[in-house]
Amino acid sequence: MLWVDKYRPKTLDQAIVHQDIAQNLKKLVTEQDCPHLLFYGPSGSGKKTLIIALLRQVFGPGAEKVKVENRTWKVDAGSRTIDLELTTLSSANHVELSPSDVGFQDRYIVQEIIKEMAKNRPIDTKGKRGYKVLVLNEVDKLSREAQHSLRRTMEKYSASCRLILCCNSSSKVTEAIRSRCLNVRINAPTEEEVFNFVIIKVLEFIGKKEGLQLPSGFAARIAEKSNRSLRRAILSFETCRVQQYPFTSNQVIPPMDWEEYVAEIASDIMKEQSPKRLFQVRGKLYELLINCIPPEIVLKRLLYELLKRLDVELKHEICHWAAYYEHRMRLGQKAIFHLEVHEHLQGFPHHDIWMKIRQAPEMP
Amino acid sequence: MAPVLQSSQPWVEKYRPKQVKDVAHQDEVVRVLTNTLETTNCPHMLFYGPPGTGKTTTALAIAHQLFGPELYKSRVLELNASDDRGINVVRTKIKDFAAVAVGSGQRQGGYPYPPYKIIILDEADSMTEDAQACWIIEPLASRCAKFRFKPLSEEIMTSRISYICKEEGLNLDAEALSTLSSISQGDLRRAITYLQGAARLYGSSISSKDLISVAGVIPVEVVEAHFSACRSGDFDVANKEVNNIIAEGYPVSLFLSQLFDLVVEAEDISDEQKARICKHFGEADKCLVDGADEYLQLLNVTSHVMRALCNMPEEFHYDT
Repeated sequence: MLWVDKYRPKTLDQAIVHQDIAQNLKKLVTEQDCPHLLFYGPSGSGKKTLIIALLRQVFGPGAEKVKVENRTWKVDAGSRTIDLELTTLSSANHVELSPSDVGFQDRYIVQEIIKEMAKNRPIDTKGKRGYKVLVLNEVDKLSREAQHSLRRTMEKYSASCRLILCCNSSSKVTEAIRSRCLNVRINAPTEEEVFNFVIIKVLEFIGKKEGLQLPSGFAARIAEKSNRSLRRAILSFETCRVQQYPFTSNQVIPPMDWEEYVAEIASDIMKEQSPKRLFQVRGKLYELLINCIPPEIVLKRLLYELLKRLDVELKHEICHWAAYYEHRMRLGQKAIFHLEVHEHLQGFPHHDIWMKIRQAPEMP
Repeated sequence: MAPVLQSSQPWVEKYRPKQVKDVAHQDEVVRVLTNTLETTNCPHMLFYGPPGTGKTTTALAIAHQLFGPELYKSRVLELNASDDRGINVVRTKIKDFAAVAVGSGQRQGGYPYPPYKIIILDEADSMTEDAQACWIIEPLASRCAKFRFKPLSEEIMTSRISYICKEEGLNLDAEALSTLSSISQGDLRRAITYLQGAARLYGSSISSKDLISVAGVIPVEVVEAHFSACRSGDFDVANKEVNNIIAEGYPVSLFLSQLFDLVVEAEDISDEQKARICKHFGEADKCLVDGADEYLQLLNVTSHVMRALCNMPEEFHYDT
C-alpha cells in the first residue's frame, strides 16, 4: 500500500492537518444533525481524507468496509433507453460516485439514480429511521442541467439523505446548490513557514512509523518541492525511500518526469524561434498528451516555466494568451489542444515570432 | 448503523411559512393572492424573482390553503427540475393530469376545495425549450399573471432571523445580525442556511466572524492585499498573491466580485481606468462560466488591473 493511503488519518481526531476543521466537523455530526456539505479546495489539501474520516465518525468503522461496483442502469428517457455505466463505492450507509464521469448524460444520473438512492430510507435494527449519505465527487464538472436537477432533490429528500459534495472550485457550482449546503473550505495553507512546518510534521510522523532515520533538513527540502500539496510530499518521500536508503541530507529529490519535460520545452522555446524549433516543440507536446497529461496542466506548467525566464512586459502578455487559449480549449468540442506560444524575446522586437501550435490528439 | 435523528429537518424547511399571509415582504403579491384565496378564482400565475425570496413557498402555501392536506395529493401536481421534464413528460404527465376534470367543490373542513387542479412547475426556466413549447404553444409568460418577488429588505430579514434565533435559542448581537443580512444579499434561504451552519459549528453564541467563515466570504484583507500588489506594478509580487488565493481555495468568481466592489469604490482611480478594469472583469466572468481555469483567469485579470493602475499601455506589442 502506498504511504499516502497507509497513513491517511482514519478518524477526525487523528488529523494532523486541518485540526480545527476536523474538530468542527466532529461537533457538527455529534450534535446529531448534519446538513448537506460542500467541500472545496485545491487538490492534495485533504478533502477526501476529511470526508472519509467524517463518514467513520457518523457511521462507525462500518463505513470503511466499502465495495467497489461497476453498475449499469437503464434509464428510460421517453423515446429511447439510455444505458449508463458508473463505478460506485458503497458501504451499508453511504454511496460514493462521480456523476460527471458519464459526460453530458450526467443529468440522468442525478434525476434518476441519485433520486432513487435518496428516496429510500435506511432503517436500523430498532426500526428507527436514520439517514444515509451520498458522496458526489467533482460536482464542479457537472453540467448546468444536472446541477439544476440536484437542487430540489437536496431539499425534498433531506430527511432521508445527506449529500456530501466535493470539488476543486466552487465557482463552477451554481449559487442554488451552494446556498443549500454548509460550505467547507479546505485550504492548502498559504504561509510558507506554517505549511512547511505542517508537512515536516507529517513526514516525521511517517518516518517514525516506518522506522526511518531522517537527516536534518531532508523533510524540509521535500516540503519545499511539494508545491503545497501534502499528497505530493508524501509520494516523493516514498520515492526517495525506494531510490536510496539510508537518506543523505543532500539526496536528490526526483522531480516529476513531465515537469522536467515541460521545463525543457520552455528552454527550447527561449533559445530559438524558428519553424524548425516549432516543429520540435510540437512533437514534444504531442508526447506529453499521449502520456495523458491533461492539456490545461501542461499549459499552466509551461506558463510557470516561461514566467521564470521572461522580462516584465512579456509576462503580462504571455499570461493573457495562456488564459485566452485555455478558455478556447474548454470551448472546443474535442480535446483539441490549442497551445499558442506567443514568444517575444527582449532585444529582438523585429524577430517576434508567433509560434502557433494547434494539435488535435486522438482522444475519445 | 445509521444514526437516528429527531430534529434533522433543515431550518429552511422548518420555518417555511405555511400560509400565504406569512410570506415576508412581498406585500403586493400577498394582497392579490389573499384575494384569490377568498374568491377561489385562480389565474395562471408566474412567479419570478431572485432566489430565496419566497416563490416556492408561496406556491406551496396557496395549494395547501386551497385544498387542505387531504385533497392536496390528488389535486396538486408538483414538478421541478429534479424530475425529468423533457417533452414527453409534459406531453403525458401534465396533460393526463390536467385532462381529468374534477367535480365542483363544496366547502369542507374550512378549505375552499375549488373545482380545479393546480400544477406547480418549479424552476420553470430550466425546462427544456421543447417542453415549454409543447405545454402551450405561445410563450408561457404571456398566459400568466406575473408576480415579481423582490429581494428582501434588511429589516424584514433581521426580523425573520431574530424570530428563528428566539425559537432556536440562539444569541446574535446586532453586529452579527447586520453582517448576516449583508452577506446573504436579500436571500433569506441563504441567511437561514448560514445561520444553521454557524449554530452547528459554533454553538448558541454566534459572532459576525463565525458567520463570515461559514458563508465563505473572502476576508477583506486578502482582497486588499491583492489589490495593493496590483498597485505595486510588480508582476511577480502579484503572481505570488494569485497563487496564495488559489492555494487558499477561495472561489475566484467570488473574489472577482469582491475585488470589483473595491475597485468601483476606490476614489483614487480615474473613471477611464475603472472602465478598463471592469471590461476584463466581465470577460473573465464569462470565461469562468465556460469552465476556464481559475488560476489563469485570475492571473490574467490581475495583469490587466495592474496595467490599468500603473498606466501601462493597453495594447500589447503584438496583437492579432
